[in-house]
Amino acid sequence: MIWIDTLVQGVLLGGLYALFAVGLSIVFGIMRLVNLAHGDLIVVAAYLILVLVSLTGLSPFVAALLAAPAMAGAGWLLQRHVLNRTLGTDILPPLLVTFGLSIALQNALLEGFSADSQRLPAGPLATASLDLGAVTVGVLPLLTFASAIAVILALNWLFYRTELGRAFRATSDDAVTASLMGIRPATIFATATAIAMLVVTVAALYLGMRSNFDPNIGPARLIYAFEAVIIGGLGSLWGTLAGGIIIGVAQTVGAAINPEWQILAGHVAFLVVLLFRPRGLFPRAVD
Amino acid sequence: MSLLSTHGLTAHYGDFQALFGVDIRVEPGEAVAIIGANGAGKTTLMRSIAGVLRSAPGEVVFRGREIGALDAAAVMGAGLAMVPEGRRLFPSLSVEENLQIGCYGRKAPGPWSLDAIYDLFPILGERRHAPGTALSGGQQQMVAIGRALISNPDLLLCDEISLGLAPVVIRDIYAAVPRIREAGASLVVVEQDIGQALKVADRVYCMMEGRVTLEGTPDTLSREAIHDAYFGVSA
Ligand SMILES: Nc1ncnc2c1ncn2[C@@H]1O[C@H](COP(=O)(O)OP(=O)(O)O)[C@@H](O)[C@H]1O
Ligand SMILES: [Mg+2]
Repeated sequence: MIWIDTLVQGVLLGGLYALFAVGLSIVFGIMRLVNLAHGDLIVVAAYLILVLVSLTGLSPFVAALLAAPAMAGAGWLLQRHVLNRTLGTDILPPLLVTFGLSIALQNALLEGFSADSQRLPAGPLATASLDLGAVTVGVLPLLTFASAIAVILALNWLFYRTELGRAFRATSDDAVTASLMGIRPATIFATATAIAMLVVTVAALYLGMRSNFDPNIGPARLIYAFEAVIIGGLGSLWGTLAGGIIIGVAQTVGAAINPEWQILAGHVAFLVVLLFRPRGLFPRAVD
Repeated sequence: MSLLSTHGLTAHYGDFQALFGVDIRVEPGEAVAIIGANGAGKTTLMRSIAGVLRSAPGEVVFRGREIGALDAAAVMGAGLAMVPEGRRLFPSLSVEENLQIGCYGRKAPGPWSLDAIYDLFPILGERRHAPGTALSGGQQQMVAIGRALISNPDLLLCDEISLGLAPVVIRDIYAAVPRIREAGASLVVVEQDIGQALKVADRVYCMMEGRVTLEGTPDTLSREAIHDAYFGVSA
C-alpha cells in the first residue's frame, strides 16, 4: 500500500508543478518568449502574499486574491514596456533580458527580505488530511491539484471559447495578419503576461504554504516548470499537467527508494521522456 | 470628396525604396484595379494604405482623415479592411473562427455577418468547423474575403485574390464581387491578370517599379498602352 500512497503523493505534487508551468507555457505559446525570470516571479508573488498576510493578518488565500491583480498589473507593464521590445526574429535578446531580470529580482528580494527562509501560514490546513481508505491525502496537496485543474479548465475556456482567446491564437500564428483584424499584438502580449501572472500568484500561494521559500529558489522552480512544459508538448495545457505529474511521481518514487534521489529522479524522468518523445507527449499539430 | 486618396506616397524596406510618390484615389462606390508585373510595388502600396507599413500622416487620406501614420489596427477600425496576398488564414483557427476574428477591432452594423458570408459562399458554412488551412486554395480565399468583409468595411482591399487558383475557381470568386459592391463596399483589386482586372474595375491604375505609369477606364485604355505601362517602353 505504500506504493499507492507514493504514487498519489506524486500525482498531487504534479499539480503544483503544473501550476509553476502553466504561466510559462502561456507566454511561450503565444509569443515564443522564454521567460527565464518565471521562477523568480513566483517567488516575488510568494513574498507579496507574505507581506499582505503579515500586514493585515488575512488568510493567505485572501491575500493571494489581493496580490493577483497587482501581479497581473506588473506583468502587463513588464511585457508592454520591457519584454515587447526584445521580441523579434532573434531569440537571444529576450533570454538575456529575462536572465538579467531573474538576477535583479533575486537580489532585490535578498535586499528586502534577507536570505532567511519564510513560509505562508496555512493554519490548520497545513496538517489536515482526508482518509480515502487505501490512502490518506493531505487537504493542501489535494487543493493544489484541484486548483491546477481549475486553472487549466478556465484557461482552455478562455483560449477556445472567447474572442480574446481567438485573438491570442491568431496573434500567435501571425501577428501582422492579426493586426489587419484590428488586433494590437503588443496589447495582446501584455494581456497574456498579465494572465500568466495570475497563475503565478496561484502557484506562489501553494508553494508558500507547502514548503519554505527564500529569494534564491526561483531558478529551480523554473527548471521544474520547463520540464513539465516540454514533457507535455509545447502548447497543450493538459500536456503540461501530465508533465507535472510525471515529474512529481518520479520525484516521490525516487525519494521512496532513496531520499537523496528525489530531485535527480525528476530530471531523469524528463530525459527519458525526451529520449522517446522528443516533441513531448502531446505536441501541437501546427507549429 | 474621394473615399481614399494617397498623396506622394513613398515606402521603404530598409534602404530599398519600393514606392516613389504614388497618387491614387478611390471614389465612394467605385471599384479600382491596380495592375502591374511582379515586383511593381502593388502589395507594398496595399500594405502602406492598410497601415502595415507606416507613412507620413498626410500621405494616405481616408474619408477626409489623415491615416498614413496610424497602425494597421487603427486603420482597420476606421473601416478599411484588407484581404492580404497569399490569404494568410490563421492555422490554429477553424473556418468559423477565422471569419469571426475579422471583426475583432470593429463591430460595425451593416450587411455582412457570419450568416451573410455563409450565404455568399455556402461551402464555408458546410466546412465551418474544419481548420482554416484544411480547405482548398479557392475555399481559403473565400474565407480570407469573408474575414475582411465581416467588419463591414467602407473599403475593401483585395491583393491578388486569384493568385495560384484555377480559372474556374477564379471565376467563382469573382462572381461574388458584384454582391460585395451592391452591399455598399468600395473596392480595390490588385491583379497581375489584366483581363480579370479590366472586367471588374471602373478604373485602372498600372504600376511599374514603384510608380503609377498609367491611369484610365477599361474602355479607354488600349492593349498597347497597358502593355507599355506594364512592361515599360524601350523608347
Ligand atoms: N519585405 C520586403 N523586404 C524587402 N524588399 C521587399 C519586401 N517586400 C517587397 N520588397 C520589394 O519591393 C518591391 C515591390 O514588391 P511588392 O510590393 O511585393 O510588389 P508586387 O506586389 O507588385 O509584386 C520588390 O522589388 C520587392 O522585391
Ligand atoms: Mg504582390
